[in-house]
Amino acid sequence: MIYFDRVTKRYGNTAALDGVTLSVAPKEFISIVGHSGAGKTTLLKLLLAEERPTEGAIFFESVDVNDLPTKALHHYRRKIGTVFQDFRLIPNKTAYENIAFAMEATGRTDEEIASDVPYILELVNLADKAKHFPDQLSGGEKQRIAIGRAIINQPDLIVADEPTGNLDPINTYEIVEILKKINELGTTIVITTHNKGVIDAIGKRVITMDGGKVVRDDAGGKYSL
Amino acid sequence: MPMDWMIIKRVFVGGGKNFIRGGAVSAATVLVMTVTLAIIGALIFLSALLTFTLNSVREKVDISVYFVTTASEQSIFSVKEQLEKLPQVASVTYVSAAEALTAFRGRHANDQLTLQSLDLLGYNPLDASLSVRAKDPSQYESIVNFLDASPALSASGTSIIDRINYDANNKQAIDRLALAITATRQIGLAVIVLFVIASILIAFATIRLAIYTSKDEIAVMKLVGASNAYVQAPFVVTGIITGLIAAVIVLLFFWPATWYVGAKTSAWFGGFHLGQYYLSHFFVVFGILVLSGIVLGGVASVFAIRKYLKV
Repeated sequence: MIYFDRVTKRYGNTAALDGVTLSVAPKEFISIVGHSGAGKTTLLKLLLAEERPTEGAIFFESVDVNDLPTKALHHYRRKIGTVFQDFRLIPNKTAYENIAFAMEATGRTDEEIASDVPYILELVNLADKAKHFPDQLSGGEKQRIAIGRAIINQPDLIVADEPTGNLDPINTYEIVEILKKINELGTTIVITTHNKGVIDAIGKRVITMDGGKVVRDDAGGKYSL
Repeated sequence: MPMDWMIIKRVFVGGGKNFIRGGAVSAATVLVMTVTLAIIGALIFLSALLTFTLNSVREKVDISVYFVTTASEQSIFSVKEQLEKLPQVASVTYVSAAEALTAFRGRHANDQLTLQSLDLLGYNPLDASLSVRAKDPSQYESIVNFLDASPALSASGTSIIDRINYDANNKQAIDRLALAITATRQIGLAVIVLFVIASILIAFATIRLAIYTSKDEIAVMKLVGASNAYVQAPFVVTGIITGLIAAVIVLLFFWPATWYVGAKTSAWFGGFHLGQYYLSHFFVVFGILVLSGIVLGGVASVFAIRKYLKV
């Protein structure tokens, strides 16, 4: 589904990624671990086409992401649900509207939105907070809304950059459980984290990065840095 | 609902919600736009006042064609008709000898010596005349040249024109006045254009700042899969709403303001009443300010957001 082919990304003289080659199969749940500056976030940015690689190629469902024209990027990004460490909810939209926006952006009708968004809010246990604005929600609630936004369009892939980085242990556990449930339903998930508990709780494939390189790739791996 | 109408509806609803929920940022942007449009409105009034004043000055300039005392009214009216046909002539007014005498007595009502001298003469020494006003002071010379080239003749073959008060001094004064009017108009226009540009730049900067506060939000929208147009459009609508509200505020403010200022200053400006001008030109001012508000708000938003769409 995803293939990184000898990808290098340099910022000036510094290589944030250095000759990274890895593949991700459909329905996998992959955790990418590493110290700060290992290249985890850069990897995800390249996958989302937020940045372009200096060398190498990134393929998503056999399409070279780097070849996509700027005008076509939004179509590509609709296939990927994204969850950020800092939630990145739109502050002047309610919880309902934040999730609905992802559907509006794809041109879905008002009827479809009215049908699907309440269902997703139920799924993430926030039906009673539909009309709340982000500053009226806790960190865990915000992240659940962000996950709801990421999954509303039923993407093939969910990418989560440190999704539990700003959460307490209880909320962390809830978020991990939600992600596991989504993966069980058939969605490929790639997360970055340096939380040992999260990795051990997931118990799936772990890719370890250091200095911009992939240093370990363990199917069913445990946390080790 | 057809797809296009659905998207248009969402854009307008989104833009409206952005504006309402923008709170202090929206209020501040409206305030700055109001000041900008008030400046534009004030410059409209300034331009009108300038035009009125220059026209008033222009109307005070004329030349007089004096006729010999033996000239008949019929022949004088013939000259009047010829002059009125000239394209550069704005108006020609006939002053009979009797009317000239009456005006003279009126001007010298307190000068008994002059009046007694006039009475001693026993006849009216003043000539009938034609007061000629040109459309522009620079055109008087051509009118005089016309009269010189085709002199009006009496039955005996001599000219019935006694003199024209357009000598070298008059010519110089009129030429200088024409230059002054042109220069004032050009400088006035340049000042107006400069102020409008400055006001527009300030409005642009303010809207740019308002959109800057939403740059993270814009980036998220792009990463979620929204197209550039779908991200940009609600912000443009917000900008237009800002401009419209500012225009309405300015139009409402001008109502009492122009009447107050007009009442205080119409005597200074030779009868130009700002409030009456606003009333009589309301739809023009309305059109200019509303259009300016919409264009400023919309265009500024388009340019301001472009930078943040490169995600």
